[in-house]
Amino acid sequence: MNQLGFPILTALIAVPTFAAIACLFADAKAARWIALGVTLLDLALGILLWATYQVGGPQWQFVENVGLFGSFGWALGIDGIALMLIVLSVFLMPICILASWEAIEKRVPEYMAAFLLMEALMIGVFAAQDMFLFYIFFEAGLIPMYLIIGIWGGAERIYASYKFFLYTLLGSMLMLIAMLWMANFAHSTSIPVLMNTDFPPHVQTWLFLAFFASFAVKMPMWPVHTWLPDAHVQAPTAGSVILAGVLLKMGGYGFIRFSLPMFPDASAELFWLVMTLSGIGIVYTSLVALVQSDMKKLIAYSSVAHMAFVTFGLFAFNRQGLEGALMVMLGHGLVSGALFLCVGVVYDRLHTREIARYGGLSNNMPRYALLFLLFTMASVGLPGLSNFPGEFLAMMGTYQASSIAGFVAVTGIITGAAYMLYLYRRVAYGPLDKPDVAAMKDLSPRELVLLVPIALVVIWMGVYPESFMAPMRKDVGVVLARTDRAWKGGDAKVAMNAHPKPAHAEGAHE
Amino acid sequence: MTGSVTLAASVPELILSIGALVLLLVAAWRGDEASRGVSWAAAALFVAASVSLMGAPSHAGSAYGGLYRADAFAGFAKLLIYIASAVSVVLAPAWFSRSGVMRAEYPVLILLSATGMGIMASAGDLLTLYVGLELQSLAAYVLASFMRRDLRSAEAGLKYFVLGALASGILLYGISLLYGFTGTTQFSGLHAAVAGRGLSTGILFGLVFVLAGLAFKISAVPFHMWTPDVYEGAPTPVTAFFASAPKVAAMALMVRVTVEAMGPATDAWRQIIIFTSLASIVLGAVAAIGQTNIKRLLAYSSINNVGFALLGLAAGTPEGVSSVLIYMTVYIAMTLGSFLCIIRMRDLNGDPIEAIAALSGLSRTRPALAAALGMFMFSLAGIPPLFGFYPKLAVFSAATNAGLFWLAVAGAVGSVVGAYYYLKIVKTMYFDEPAAPLEKSDDKLVGGLIAVSAIAISPLGYLAIPMLSAATFVAAKALF
Repeated sequence: MNQLGFPILTALIAVPTFAAIACLFADAKAARWIALGVTLLDLALGILLWATYQVGGPQWQFVENVGLFGSFGWALGIDGIALMLIVLSVFLMPICILASWEAIEKRVPEYMAAFLLMEALMIGVFAAQDMFLFYIFFEAGLIPMYLIIGIWGGAERIYASYKFFLYTLLGSMLMLIAMLWMANFAHSTSIPVLMNTDFPPHVQTWLFLAFFASFAVKMPMWPVHTWLPDAHVQAPTAGSVILAGVLLKMGGYGFIRFSLPMFPDASAELFWLVMTLSGIGIVYTSLVALVQSDMKKLIAYSSVAHMAFVTFGLFAFNRQGLEGALMVMLGHGLVSGALFLCVGVVYDRLHTREIARYGGLSNNMPRYALLFLLFTMASVGLPGLSNFPGEFLAMMGTYQASSIAGFVAVTGIITGAAYMLYLYRRVAYGPLDKPDVAAMKDLSPRELVLLVPIALVVIWMGVYPESFMAPMRKDVGVVLARTDRAWKGGDAKVAMNAHPKPAHAEGAHE
Repeated sequence: MTGSVTLAASVPELILSIGALVLLLVAAWRGDEASRGVSWAAAALFVAASVSLMGAPSHAGSAYGGLYRADAFAGFAKLLIYIASAVSVVLAPAWFSRSGVMRAEYPVLILLSATGMGIMASAGDLLTLYVGLELQSLAAYVLASFMRRDLRSAEAGLKYFVLGALASGILLYGISLLYGFTGTTQFSGLHAAVAGRGLSTGILFGLVFVLAGLAFKISAVPFHMWTPDVYEGAPTPVTAFFASAPKVAAMALMVRVTVEAMGPATDAWRQIIIFTSLASIVLGAVAAIGQTNIKRLLAYSSINNVGFALLGLAAGTPEGVSSVLIYMTVYIAMTLGSFLCIIRMRDLNGDPIEAIAALSGLSRTRPALAAALGMFMFSLAGIPPLFGFYPKLAVFSAATNAGLFWLAVAGAVGSVVGAYYYLKIVKTMYFDEPAAPLEKSDDKLVGGLIAVSAIAISPLGYLAIPMLSAATFVAAKALF
């Protein structure tokens, strides 16, 4: 069993699943309370999970394995990376439910059921230790998200929901075929076993590309990112929070769980591909974000740009890069979620996301302006807030791997500051000359309850990132141990804390 | 083999055929008011036949001098056939009596058709194959035009008959070629002839014609043209029947002919199977997009699904055959469930409706029905966590393990195209504004059957995988 004496991961998945079924039979009011209660219960379980996780203990903890399905099994277990992502998911869920408390008026029970199902599936993705179980959770998330966008979304919701579904499905199907090949080759579907399997290098390239098709779409990376702005803009606020906060992290998680440790040779070989796509992505989407007139679209493009930091860091093949990428994933999950909530707050009042319709909110909504500023600054990467450690480390790692890539990545910080500050200026500053905007009330207590916890964690993560990095450190080392032999070293030749190599030592090897 | 053992091997067929004749007499004597009783009696016969499968009919091996085979493969296929037929029988009386055309012949025809299907699944000889196929088909032609005063139904029956007769002709021609070039009609003899003397051009021609005839029966591209018209025209319970049991029987026959009779010529038939498989997947997916009638849409869906099942057959391995059986098992649950939902669709006057547009906003007017149909659609699209994902996984796995990597990739891409039109149904039910409300139905039987199929394809279905794979593996092994 595990250190707790009960299968906590199954409980984390089962509790929201059963609650989702219960919601379907409840009325609107009861469904809201069930959803809130259950997500808080899952949060409590998540905190318990974090508290009892042994940092530096065995690689896989809370392991469960029941051979329920014949060729594959109900195998769960987490390492530090999965732990942090699960904690992020369970932290954001109650906030999502509260954010939808008043904004969602029609078909509340189904809405809550879809969200609870989504929570169960997200946790399942991060906890699965069987490749096919992972795939099932990974894919199944499409159904509730399709319904959330399609039923409760904006005007273009149907187009957006199709695009989201079919884009993601196509990528995943290729991954499925690759998984079948791997299962046949390794005679195992267990992720820990596969992480230590050496696939033939020429096949690795194909397998890598098949997985890449799925994770790059999910991430999303340029040029397959176009579903994201559509989905974000059309999804209800809480849907955007989950999409940006957790679903995008599945792509990054996939890279670090599958692509890097299982196909190290192909990862090193296709380094140029990932770096090129990330570089284009960071520059292009930042520039696109700069000219958006829709708040949600702007933040959606900023998400794509931030995810490019993640892919930069992941494929830097060094500890700084990997840890930085993971920290960006966590930080961005919080900050982009909070920014979408901030958009939701004003959207609920004025029912438009047009940036030009706002202005001068710092006059009549000071509390809102303060929190919005905090999250804007965090998104920009201000030291002391959540995104700084991650972005800094990721850039440092990228520079070691490739100085050109490092240069491109840094431009993302500059343009990022430009579009975020420009957004903030247009929304919060300037004259308060529009009567309907002037009539908007400041944050309600409910909205404060949504935003303040995120703000506190954002500061925590900026001031003392070690709490978040410590559980992941050992597992990053595991990944590095797999990739190191394939990686030939970057061009930057950084000599950190190390004595410069004597010149003749290099010659001796030749 | 002694006569009694031989008879014991074919007990299910005996039960069904004798039962059908007795019920035919009852129907003739008592007239149409007996139809409900006859239906339940027919269902009981299916149960009896299924129970009898546990004995000799699944283990006895070769019978009737090699004409008939009673092995685990036949047993598994028959079980599926009987379950699907029984469902088609019991749901019919309520539906037909609403239209005032329930006749006692309906269950009898289903019984006879199922007898033919059983013989198909057990065929050990090309002539047994043909007899079984014709018995099944003749009953099916009548069933298609069962509502004889309805123009569409009569048209469907006629179309089915004319094209079916053509296919039978092609099949017979192929059989005659095979006989002429090998000197035998027995599967074992064909196997030996091909293994011994190699694949001559004549045998290859015969094989192509036989496969063409069988492709018609499973409605695989390019012999699929009859399917949408017949599915649309035939009364809905009959369509549900056509989409389920005969598909299993014809697929079982296809497997038998390819693997058992033509095993040594795998490379020859594999190309044909790969072509029909991919063509079915693509055409079934693309042609379904523009449909406005849900029965036509499901017809294309069945073409699409048959393509996936053939993907498993293309592997030509025990794993492949097992994946075909898994696919057909889950397909039966999904397709019967979908048709059961359609049977529920009636407007407030009680007239059956088939337009997809009538499903608009169903999730608000009839949430349970919409949820069930939505589950079937996602499952048919192969989206996990619904059970429809597993058979796709099984066939892709079989194809990949047999080295047909690119075939699996092509099939996977095709399934994405197919997902679009299933999503369209879900979109209509969940995203659109409600259309005219449907009639509330209090038919407990149909409701219960929908619930059972929905549970079968829900994630709970995954718990059945160990049992299912063990049974299908034993069945597949019987052919190798």
